[in-house]
Amino acid sequence: MARVEAEVGKRPEGMSTLEYHVTKYYAAKSFNWWYVFGVLAFVVLAIQLITGIFLTMNYKPSAEEAFASVEYIMRDVEWGWLIRYLHSTGASFFFIVVYLHMFRAMLYGSYKKPRELIWLIGMLIFFVLMAEAFAGYLLPWGQMSYWGAQVIISLFGAIPVVGEGIVEFIRGDYSISDITLNRFFALHVIALPLALVGLVFVHIVALHEVGSNNPDGIEIKKNKGPDGVPLDGVAFHPYHTSKDLVAILVFLMIFSAVVFFAPEMGGYFLEHANFEPANLRATPEHIAPVWYFTPFYAILRAVPDKLWGFILFGLSVVLPVFLPWLDRSRVKSIRYRGWIYKSALTVFVISFLTLGWLGVQPAEGVYVLMARIFTVIYFAFFLLMPYYTTIDKTKPVPERVVYHG
Amino acid sequence: MGKFNVITRLAGAVVLLAAAQSFAAGGAALEHANIDPGNIASLQRGARNFMNYCSGCHSAKYVRYNTIGKDLELSEEQLIENLMFNAEKTFEAIEVSMPEAAAGRWFGVAPPDLSLIGRAKGADYIYSFLKGFYVQSESPTGVDNTVLAGTSMPHVLWELQGFQRAEFAEHTEDGVTTRHFEGFEAVTDGSLDAEGFDEFVRDTVNFLVYIAEPIRSERRTLGVWVLMYLIFFWIIAVMLKKQIWKDVN
Repeated sequence: MARVEAEVGKRPEGMSTLEYHVTKYYAAKSFNWWYVFGVLAFVVLAIQLITGIFLTMNYKPSAEEAFASVEYIMRDVEWGWLIRYLHSTGASFFFIVVYLHMFRAMLYGSYKKPRELIWLIGMLIFFVLMAEAFAGYLLPWGQMSYWGAQVIISLFGAIPVVGEGIVEFIRGDYSISDITLNRFFALHVIALPLALVGLVFVHIVALHEVGSNNPDGIEIKKNKGPDGVPLDGVAFHPYHTSKDLVAILVFLMIFSAVVFFAPEMGGYFLEHANFEPANLRATPEHIAPVWYFTPFYAILRAVPDKLWGFILFGLSVVLPVFLPWLDRSRVKSIRYRGWIYKSALTVFVISFLTLGWLGVQPAEGVYVLMARIFTVIYFAFFLLMPYYTTIDKTKPVPERVVYHG
Repeated sequence: MGKFNVITRLAGAVVLLAAAQSFAAGGAALEHANIDPGNIASLQRGARNFMNYCSGCHSAKYVRYNTIGKDLELSEEQLIENLMFNAEKTFEAIEVSMPEAAAGRWFGVAPPDLSLIGRAKGADYIYSFLKGFYVQSESPTGVDNTVLAGTSMPHVLWELQGFQRAEFAEHTEDGVTTRHFEGFEAVTDGSLDAEGFDEFVRDTVNFLVYIAEPIRSERRTLGVWVLMYLIFFWIIAVMLKKQIWKDVN
C-alpha cells in the first residue's frame, strides 16, 4: 500500500485530482439523508450501464426478433432474467432517485446562486434521461412499447406546418417500424448514454468547483480554519463515503426487494400489456406511458386543444430550468423560509403526485377536471414564484451550520 | 372452402359487434382463481390439461419441455410419454403444428401463443375466461364469452363443463341500454361436476402462470439470501460509519 502511495505521489497531477475531488473535497458535516440521492443516482447509472452491456449481448434489435430475444434472455440465458430485471427495475428507480435528488435541491435552494450552472447541467441530464428511458422502452417491442411510442411520437404532429415532418423524421418511416426500433436502439445504447455520462462528469466537476450546499443553505467556505479547511466541512472520503455506503446498502435492499419479489411492481415497472408482442392491428384498451412520465402526460391530456396541450406539456418539463431566476427569496433553505414558500412547495408536491396518478387513469369525467385544476396549480407554483418568494417573510440564517452530532 | 369463408365473415362481424357491445356490456367481474404456485401436483395436472386441451391450437413457443420437466419434477420418460405429443427432443419448445396463416383463416384470428398469457392477463382473467363460455346461437362457434365478448375461441372444455346459458339484465338509462351479467344456468351437464371443473381450470391456470415466468420461485428463494447478505453488510457499514464519524462534533 505504501509503495502504491509512493508511486502515485510521484505523479502530482494524479494525486492532486484525487485530493481535489475525494480526500480534500469538503462538504458540510450537517448533510441529512436527503443528500444521498446524488450518489444513489450514480449507483443506478452504474447498474444500468453494466446490465445494459450484458443485455446487448443477447438482445436483437429487429421487429421480427426483439420480443423473442427478450424472452430468450429471460428463460434461456444463464442469469439473463436477473440482468433484465435489474435493468428494468433500474429504469424506474433512476427516476425515483432523480426526482428525490431534484426535490432536495428545491428543499434547500441548491439551485440558487452560486450553483445555477450545476442546476442547468442537472436539468440537461434529466432531459437526456427522459429520452434514454423513452428509447429504451421501445426495445422489448411489446404492445405498450409500440403503442406508447406511437402516442408520444405523434404528439410532435401537433406542431404547425413542420409537425408531420418531425414525426416522420423521428420514426424514419410512416409508422413505427423496424427502422424506428433500430435507430432507438442506437440512441439507447450509444448516443444517449454517452451524453449522460459526459454530462454527469461535468455536473460533478461544476459542483466541486463551488462546493456542495447544505440543509442550512450556508456557504461553508466562508468559515475556514487556519489550515484553510472549512470549519463545518468534513472530507468526502472517508466521511461522506462511509455515510453514503450505509445509504447505498439501504437503497440496494429496497431495490433488491423489487427485483426479486415484485419485478412487475403491480404493472407499473413492467406493464402487463407489454407481455404481448407489438401488434399493429390491435390497439390496447388503455394506453398509458410508464409511471415516470405520467405527471407530464396528465398535463398534456388536461388541455382540450392538441397544439396547446403539446405546448403546456413541453413547458411543464422545461419550467424547472428557470428555478434559479424565478426564486427571489433571500434565503436558500426551507428551514429559514416563511409559511408561503412552505405551503407552495407542499401544494406543488401534492399536485405533481396527483398528476402522476391521473396520468394512468382514463381521461374522462372527474379525472379531466382534476387534471385541469392540478395543471393550473403546477404552473402557478413556477409562474407566481417571483412574487410569493419576494413577499414571504424569512427567518435569520445562522452563521454556522446546525449540527447535532 | 366456401363454408370457411362464411364462418370467417361471420366471425369478423361478431368481433366487430362484440367490440361495440363490450362498452355497453362492461366486463363481467372476474372470479378469483386462487391458484397455488407452490403446488407441484396441481402444476403437473395443469401441464397435462394444457397438453391435452390447449396445445392442439395454442403454442407456448418460449417454453421448453425440459424446463417443465425440471421444475415440475418429471422424469424424461414421463415427459416424453405424457406431454410431448408434438416433439422429439426434450429441449424443444412447445410448438403447434397448425400453420398460423391457416389458423387465421379458420378462426378469424390465429390462436395466440400462450407462453406469456399468465403475465399479460393475470390468473383471474384466464380463470374467468375459461369458465365464461355460454350458449349463443348467432355465434359461429355456438358460444360467446362473458369475459371476452365475441371471442373466436370455441368452447373447448364443453365435454367437461357442459353448456351453460348466461343471464343478462338489461338496464336503460338516458336512452342508453347497458347489459349486466347476472349469472349462469346449466343447459347440459359435463363429465365433471362444478367443483371438479373449477379444480381443472384452476390447475390449468396455475400451469399457465408458471410457464409465463418459470424462474419465479427460484428468484424468490435467491431474493431472501440477497436480502440477508445486504442486511449483514449494512450492519458492518453502520459500524464503520460510526467509527469514522466519532470525532466529528
